[in-house]
Amino acid sequence: MENGFEPVMIGFTCNWCSYRAADLAGTSRVKYPPNVRLIRLMCSGRLDPTFVLKALSAGADGVMITGCHPGECHYLEQNYKAMRRVMLLKRTIAQMGIEPERVKLVWASAAEGIHLAHEITNFVDEIKALGPLDWPTAPRRRALEEIEQLEVEEVPA
Amino acid sequence: MSTENGRKENGRERIGVYVCHCGTNIAGVVDVKEVARWSKEQLGHRGVVIARDDKFMCSSLGQELIEHDIKKEGLTRVVVAACSPHLHEKTFRTACSRAGLNPYLCELTSIREQVSWVTSDKKVATEKSKAMISGAVERVRYHEPLDPLKVPINESTLIVGGGIAGIQSALEIANAGHPVYIVEREPSIGGHMAQFDKTFPTLDCAACILTPRMSEVGTHPNIHMLTWSEVEQVDGYVGNFTVTIRQKARYINTDDCTGCGICVEKCPKKVIDSEFEVGIGYRKAVYTPFAQAVPKYPVIDDENCIYFEKGTCKACEKFCPTNAIDFEQEDELITLEVGNIVLATGFDLFDARRIPQYGYGRLANVFTSLEFERMANAAGPTEGAIVMRDGHTVPESVGIVHCVGSRDRNYNNYCSSICCMQSLKFAHLVSERTGAQVYNFYIDIRTPGKDFDEFYQRVLEEETLFVRGKVAEVTDATRLPGEEGKLIVQVEDTLAGKQRRIPVDMVILSAGLEPRRDADDVARQFGISCSSAGWFTEKHPKLDPVATMTEGVFIAGCVSGPKDIPASVAQGSAAAARVVSYIEQGELSLEPVRASIEEAMCSGCRICNDLCPYNAIDFDEQLMVSEINSALCQGCGTCVAACPAGAISGTGFSDAQVLAQIEGLLMLNLEEPAVMAEPV
Repeated sequence: MENGFEPVMIGFTCNWCSYRAADLAGTSRVKYPPNVRLIRLMCSGRLDPTFVLKALSAGADGVMITGCHPGECHYLEQNYKAMRRVMLLKRTIAQMGIEPERVKLVWASAAEGIHLAHEITNFVDEIKALGPLDWPTAPRRRALEEIEQLEVEEVPA
Repeated sequence: MSTENGRKENGRERIGVYVCHCGTNIAGVVDVKEVARWSKEQLGHRGVVIARDDKFMCSSLGQELIEHDIKKEGLTRVVVAACSPHLHEKTFRTACSRAGLNPYLCELTSIREQVSWVTSDKKVATEKSKAMISGAVERVRYHEPLDPLKVPINESTLIVGGGIAGIQSALEIANAGHPVYIVEREPSIGGHMAQFDKTFPTLDCAACILTPRMSEVGTHPNIHMLTWSEVEQVDGYVGNFTVTIRQKARYINTDDCTGCGICVEKCPKKVIDSEFEVGIGYRKAVYTPFAQAVPKYPVIDDENCIYFEKGTCKACEKFCPTNAIDFEQEDELITLEVGNIVLATGFDLFDARRIPQYGYGRLANVFTSLEFERMANAAGPTEGAIVMRDGHTVPESVGIVHCVGSRDRNYNNYCSSICCMQSLKFAHLVSERTGAQVYNFYIDIRTPGKDFDEFYQRVLEEETLFVRGKVAEVTDATRLPGEEGKLIVQVEDTLAGKQRRIPVDMVILSAGLEPRRDADDVARQFGISCSSAGWFTEKHPKLDPVATMTEGVFIAGCVSGPKDIPASVAQGSAAAARVVSYIEQGELSLEPVRASIEEAMCSGCRICNDLCPYNAIDFDEQLMVSEINSALCQGCGTCVAACPAGAISGTGFSDAQVLAQIEGLLMLNLEEPAVMAEPV
C-alpha cells in the first residue's frame, strides 16, 4: 500500500476444516500476507462474539472467522449458528461506529488451502483500503468530528 | 495424575519455549535463534524461563530436551513453535507426560504451516513467529491439567446395511468372537451385488461368490440378522449406544416357516417387482426377493396382498404346511445395546429419467444399467437372454452410454468410478451372447484398477466400437434412410471432430451412483456429516477412511462415495478391524475437550438445550438447571459461546484461553505486566 499501512488481523479457524486448510496452504507453499494471525477453535460455533470485540478493541484492524462449508460442519450444523452470530455481530459493530466489513466470514474446507490463502489475501487488501481501526479512539474521534461539522441552525428563543 | 505439576511457583508459571528449525523448513525463512532470544527476553515477565531452538524438536533428542527441562528446571508449561498440532501435538504431549507434566499443559504453535511455508519475507516471517509464540505463551498460562475421559466399550456391534460391505464387516467381527447385529431394510441381505450378473474384470458370477457369504452370515452363531427392519432411533455414545429398531411385520412367523415356498406358489396376486427386478420382472404379493435369499422366509407385501385389500383370499394361509402365516402380526420395536456401529447403507442408482433427452421411461428400448444386469442374469426375468423390451427380439446393435448423471455439472460433478468398467463388462456380455454390434459412447475411459486395463484391451479386441463424446440425445425421430425403427444416438465424435448419428436397436444407460435418498436423515440420526454431494464424510479421507468424526460410528462401502466390490469389501474389513480394536481395548480414552455447566451460575434459561447437535444437554426439572452429559459432548463449544450467564465452560478452549491468546497475538503482553489479567 502506498501509505505503508500493514494491518494486524486475527483469524478464527475451526479445527476440522479451515485450520486444516491453513495447514494445506502451508504444505502447498501458497504464499499469502502475514497480517492474519490464526487462533484455533474446535468449531466456528465456538466463536463467542466477545472474542471478535476483544480482538478489535485490543488492536486488531480486522477479524476473519472461518469454518466448514454450510452442510459440511464437523459438528453437523454449528457453522450455521456461527453464521447467525456473525450477521448479528456485524450489525452490532456498525452501531458502535465500526465498519462491518472489518469482520468477515469465510468458508473453507480442509481441501481448500488455496481458497483460504486467496480469501486471506483479499481480506488483507480490503482492510488496507479501510485503514487502521484504532478502536475505540478513532470511531469516537470521527463521531465527534461529524458532530462538529454539523451546521446547527440557531433557533431564536 | 497432575496434582504436583501444573502448579505455579510463587504464583508464577515457569514456561519453556522451544523453537524448531525443522531442518531448513522453518529456519530457512524464520530467524529461529532471534525468535528464541526474543521470547526469553521479552516474555520473561510473562513466565518464560527457558527458550531454546533445536534442529528437529520432534526428534528423540528434541523431545529429551523438553523432558530434561521439565525435570531439571521445573517447567509448569511448555510451548513448542514448530509444525501443525495435527502432526505433532501428540508427540510433544507424550514427551511432557513422560517427564511427569500433564500433557494438556503443552501448546503447539504452527510456525511452519502458518509462517515459514507461506511467507517469503524473512523479516516479517520472524515477526509473525514472535507474535504467534506470544499468543501461545499467553494461552498456555490458562491451560489446566486434564485427564482423558474413559468410557467402557460394549462388546456388541450394530451393522446397518446387509450389502457386501456390511456382510464383510459382520463376518470379520463375528469371527473375532464378538456379537453382531445386522439390520437390513429389504427382506434379504445381499444388497446391490445380489442383483448383478457378472463382476468385472474377472467375470465371475456375482451370486456364486456372494451367496456363500450370505449363508455364512445366516448361520453364524455370533450374528443376529434383523431383515425387513430399519433403525428408528440412536442414543448414546461410543461404547454405549442404545439403538431402537423397527422390525416391519412380515406376516410370517419365522419360528415356524421352513421357507418351502408353497405360499409364493399359491399366491394369486402378481405384482411388478420394482425393487429387486427394478421393474422389469414380476413377483407375488408374498415373496422372497430372489431364490438364494437369506433369510429364507418370505414377506407378505401388505400394499398388494388381496387379503389386505379386500379382506378375503388367505390362499397362503390355507396351503402353508406349518401354519406360519400370521395376518395379525404387527411391527415390532427392538432395543439393542451396542458399543460400535458400522454404516454400510450403500448407494442409489442415478435416476436416468432426470435426463429426458436420453429417453429413459419414454423410449422402450432404453435400459438402465441395473435393468441390464437383471436381464443378463440367468436368474432374472429373461433368464439371461439379452432381448429388447418386447421380451423376444434380440438386438443387432447396442449403444452403451457412459457417465449418465456423472461428470456432468447439471447432475453430479463426481466420477462414479465403476461405470467405465461396468460398461465394458456390458459390451463384452452383449457381444458374447448376441453377436450384436456394440458402441461405447464415452468421455474418458478410466480403468485404474487391478486387471482393469487388460479387460479394456480385451473388449477392444472384440471389435466393440468406441466413440469419444458425450451423447447429446437418444431419439426415435428418424431422418435418414436406415434409421427406421431404430433408436438414433446423436453424438459429437470428438476424436474425428464431427457429429454422428448412430442407429441402434437398444441403448443401455450406464447410470452413476448417488447417495441414498435418505442419506441426510441417516447422517443426522447417527450424528455424522455428509459432503455437499451427500456422501458420508470420513474422519480423514486418506488416513482414516472408515472412521467418522463421531467416535464409534464407522462407515464402509459406497456410503462414503462410489466404489467397486473389492474396495467395498476392503472397507468392510477395515471398519471391522477398527471396531475389534475398540472392543479389545475394553475402554476408550476420549479427548477431554468437553463443555460443562457451573450449576450455581445456570439460570435455567435453556438457550443451550436446543443448540447441541448431539442432544448432550439435558434440563434438570428438579434443580431447574441444564446439565451436560460429558460422554455425549463432542466439544464443539457452541453452547459455551451462547450461554448468556457464562455458566458453561469448555475445557481446552476456555474463554480465558482464547482471550489471552488474542492479547498475546496482538503483543499487548509486551507492555507493563499490570495491564494483563492474571490467571485465576
